Amino acid sequence: MKFKILGALALVAAVAACSDDKSANTGTASGLGATSAPTGAAVPGSEADLVANVGDRVYFALAQNTLSPEAQATLDRQAAWLARYPQVTVQIAGNCDDRGTDEYNIALGNRRANAARDYLVAKGVAADRITTISYGKDRPTATGDDEQAWAQNRNAITSVR
Amino acid sequence: MSFLTSDRSVLSRRGLIGAAGAGIAALPLQALAQAPAPQGGQGAGPGGAEITVDQARTAPIPIAIPSFGPGIGEQMTQVISNDLAGCGLFRPLSVAASAGGGGVPDFDSYKAMGAQAIAQGTTSGSGGSVRVEFRLWNALTGQQLQGTAYTTSGGNWRRIAHIIADVIYERMLGDKGYFDTRIAFVSLNGPRSHAITRLAIMDQDGANTRMLTSGQWLVKTPRFHPTRDEIAFMSYAENRPRVYLFDLGSGRQEVLGEFAGISFAPRFSPDGSSVVMSATRGGGSDIYVVDLGSRATRRLTSSGAIDTSPCYSPDGSQIVFNSDRGGSPQLYIMGANGGDARRISYGSGQYGSPVWSPRGDLIAFTRIGSGGFSIGVMAPDGTGERILTKGFTVESPTFCPNGRVLAYCRQTAAGAGGAGFSSSLAQIDIAGFNERVIATPGGAQAPAWSPLKG
Repeated sequence: MKFKILGALALVAAVAACSDDKSANTGTASGLGATSAPTGAAVPGSEADLVANVGDRVYFALAQNTLSPEAQATLDRQAAWLARYPQVTVQIAGNCDDRGTDEYNIALGNRRANAARDYLVAKGVAADRITTISYGKDRPTATGDDEQAWAQNRNAITSVR
Repeated sequence: MSFLTSDRSVLSRRGLIGAAGAGIAALPLQALAQAPAPQGGQGAGPGGAEITVDQARTAPIPIAIPSFGPGIGEQMTQVISNDLAGCGLFRPLSVAASAGGGGVPDFDSYKAMGAQAIAQGTTSGSGGSVRVEFRLWNALTGQQLQGTAYTTSGGNWRRIAHIIADVIYERMLGDKGYFDTRIAFVSLNGPRSHAITRLAIMDQDGANTRMLTSGQWLVKTPRFHPTRDEIAFMSYAENRPRVYLFDLGSGRQEVLGEFAGISFAPRFSPDGSSVVMSATRGGGSDIYVVDLGSRATRRLTSSGAIDTSPCYSPDGSQIVFNSDRGGSPQLYIMGANGGDARRISYGSGQYGSPVWSPRGDLIAFTRIGSGGFSIGVMAPDGTGERILTKGFTVESPTFCPNGRVLAYCRQTAAGAGGAGFSSSLAQIDIAGFNERVIATPGGAQAPAWSPLKG
């Protein structure tokens, strides 16, 4: 696991985001941080900054990996943010709802993470700054089983490494 | 004179069981002098009762199992009885405690209680060395169907009981039993959003559960090697999800194959020489085979779509797998070297996790529709689909070694905050009856039934 040290405070944030095999699914359940006002607490270029001021995740329709206009807008902000902080490397984790089989969903989560990665690369982010992983249906953000929870769990989550 | 030929098969399979350190010796017992002379060909055919599995499904075989004796003997009696009752094909009868012991059974009294077979055993010795003498009788004819003496250390009593239950199953039904087997699975605990998963293994009846990994990393999909004491599984160790081999004897783990992406969904070839699995490449997933000797890797598919969950036919000539190359996840079959694939699933909804029966005649699968999940079977040409069980989530079917029973994972839906979610193991006869839970400590998923120990 590698860290790009942005300063002492940023390092603390990065360590908090990467301990053990903790998945990247550590953001808010709503993932709507981008619409919030910038918070003074988030260190620029940190995980907290990404979550609060950019938006760390995009959502997918059932069984799909197509990027909606809303998802593209989030990724556009991520690309701009990554251009602003060129030291930062990120991991994109693909996730699925639990309405698929265990193994197929690993592949589907990978496909979602890959779609987000490809979009960022097309927007000029260096490919070697992005790693991808898939947790299939094993790391749901929302732990219920209804349409709303499933919609939240079909995502690709970007986190600072 | 009367060394039963039937003992030979038992001996060849398990006579010198020692690979797992069990140290069990099995020797044929002479027929009791008073017993009717065994018929010449009795080792070849089914048991003296000549009952088929289909018949036993509708009319379980009434069998008397008088106590094998105090202590270990009584515990063995319970394990044998639980195995036989649990498979749904036998009906153990209530027998007076005084009925135990050796000698020629009082057939008239057993016939009076409706027994078709009598499983008779005695135990002697203790601790360091235990001798178990076992005889199986046809209660109607008085014929001795089997006579075997097992010598082992006292700690192996449970395993001897399973071996005896297998002998009874085989002699009565003409089909190998599956009680001397284990089930590997993923133990699941903690919050659903970040479940603690451990690779685990237990006897098929839920006894002797052992955790194999610490829970530090997410682990998935254990699969048994057909002959070695080894498991292939997927681990997220160091946050790099990959297929590993786990040596059950030494506990040693090693990464299998060199892949840039995620490797997952491993299954051993029937001869144990290779592992077929999938690995991500870009947004797709391809199927690869890794030779366990040379570690050479060969790609079998390159559709650009998701190709995963490969499983060999028992003769090793074909591979059934899951692919969304046609738009939605369906089942396909291709040759073991790749090439053209033909779709075999055509029902509504999605299909996944196909697994080929050890008998070769069926493929079990998970099907997902608007109403939830189901597990079914179909012939390898896609005909004759039958749904065996349904649920909010039922998936990951795995065949027992004789192909008569499937174990699988059953999960309930979660309410707000994850309340109400449960994940457990269950099993069902492939005829769709005798569905029951396999008890595990805590949550469990992704079962894999071992081959017969041997």
